[in-house]
Amino acid sequence: MSNIILLGTRKGTVIFDRINSSWHPRPIAHAGVPVCYAARDPRDGTLWVSLDHGHWGPKLSRSRDGGKTWVDISSLKYPEGARYIVKYLPTPDFNPESPSAQAKYADATVLKIWNIAFGNADQPNRLYAGTIPGGLFVSDDGGDSWELNRPLWNHDSRGGDLFAGDATSVNLWNGTPASIDYGIFEPGIHSIIVDPRDPAHMYVAVSTAGVIETTDGGQSWHSRNQGMLNDYMPNPESDWCHDPHFVTSCPRKPDHLWQQNHFGVFYSDDGAKSWKKVSRPDVGVNFGFPIVADANDGRTAWVVPARADAERMAIDGGLFVARTTDGGQTWQTFRDGLPQDNAYDIALRHGFDLSGDCLCFGSTTGNVHLSEDRGETWQCLGNNFPPIYSVRFG
Amino acid sequence: MPRVEMTQHLYRFFPQLKNQLITVPAGSVTEILLAINEIAPGFTDYVLDEHGALRRHVNISINDNMVIDKIKLSDRVPDDGTVYIFQALSGG
Repeated sequence: MSNIILLGTRKGTVIFDRINSSWHPRPIAHAGVPVCYAARDPRDGTLWVSLDHGHWGPKLSRSRDGGKTWVDISSLKYPEGARYIVKYLPTPDFNPESPSAQAKYADATVLKIWNIAFGNADQPNRLYAGTIPGGLFVSDDGGDSWELNRPLWNHDSRGGDLFAGDATSVNLWNGTPASIDYGIFEPGIHSIIVDPRDPAHMYVAVSTAGVIETTDGGQSWHSRNQGMLNDYMPNPESDWCHDPHFVTSCPRKPDHLWQQNHFGVFYSDDGAKSWKKVSRPDVGVNFGFPIVADANDGRTAWVVPARADAERMAIDGGLFVARTTDGGQTWQTFRDGLPQDNAYDIALRHGFDLSGDCLCFGSTTGNVHLSEDRGETWQCLGNNFPPIYSVRFG
Repeated sequence: MPRVEMTQHLYRFFPQLKNQLITVPAGSVTEILLAINEIAPGFTDYVLDEHGALRRHVNISINDNMVIDKIKLSDRVPDDGTVYIFQALSGG
């Protein structure tokens, strides 16, 4: 089991250390700076943080001494000529027949580094980062330099190669509400999964587009959304326009993938070739943001349910965690140790993690809850943290 | 030579600029920023995006006048001018 937990919060990075079987937070790092993601590279112990500076632009921050000192990195940038087709906020006054609905292009600027992922052990310097607006960046030198994955950026589902000229196909990716704070309505990559058996095999999940797979190291990408349902679309089974909130896989059974989607919980046991909706609204399992898969058993996963979707907070004021051990056919709910009165928490998409039998989640209300028995009972690690965006064991 | 003043928030990332009288050769605002970047490598990444445009929540003025060209930052800074770099207040 891991001995550290990293929190990315609205006001900086909080690191918990496990000392003598109890967890102790260090003084906050990056004080005052929003941290949208924080994680430890299991290969070499480097700590990585995504800084969401309100004024100074997104930056990565790296610590190679366990969090004692940090170095900010500014090298993650779109190359010249990287453009996207502007999406418009679906406001009530938007007229799709108006001239403004004609394709308009914008130069891409990194606005948010939403997720950081690490290559396999045989690629010791490989890292990935997913951004708003919708870029997958790759580093092969431990994060010193980054390159945009162009086949995904130039995908036919986004209008084709806009480096070369005007769109050659329709842009099927939609915006994420998470982009609105930056004055745009564009997609974002929040989930990156590298197959532990084969580093050329990866998935990314995009809000709002869906799950996309490569089997050739990122040279080509294919949608993997069969079985997905988007209740807000004229055709809910469309190949695109799905809104995964987070997607993860079982490390030792990588063909078992789990997805907490805007419209329910989905499970795949065939490497995302097909998805099955496994929600159980009658026990509260449907809407939410994070999802955690067991390290060994592909049929076991946990969620932190919430009320969809205009409320986005705990259901009926009581916080609970749900676990399935049979691929989503049945769910058990656990409330022991979690607040059951006047709880308005929501755990965001990166705000829940697992290490061994230990689970931890943090909420936008600044509460951190930990379980050491696979989610059945919970203890509170603190109630007064800043709003929490990410929780990762180190 | 023009002087440069900036919000103390930037000293957090570039402590070498703190308590310094910063003077750089006259030129465009872009040239001024590049000159600061020579003193404090990485500085331009904090105020400009990857296209060289002023970040959305950053303001630059020459004396009392906000720069007009926020895309290429071509406004000229006179020899006796002062460039101010500060956050754009965005409410709250």
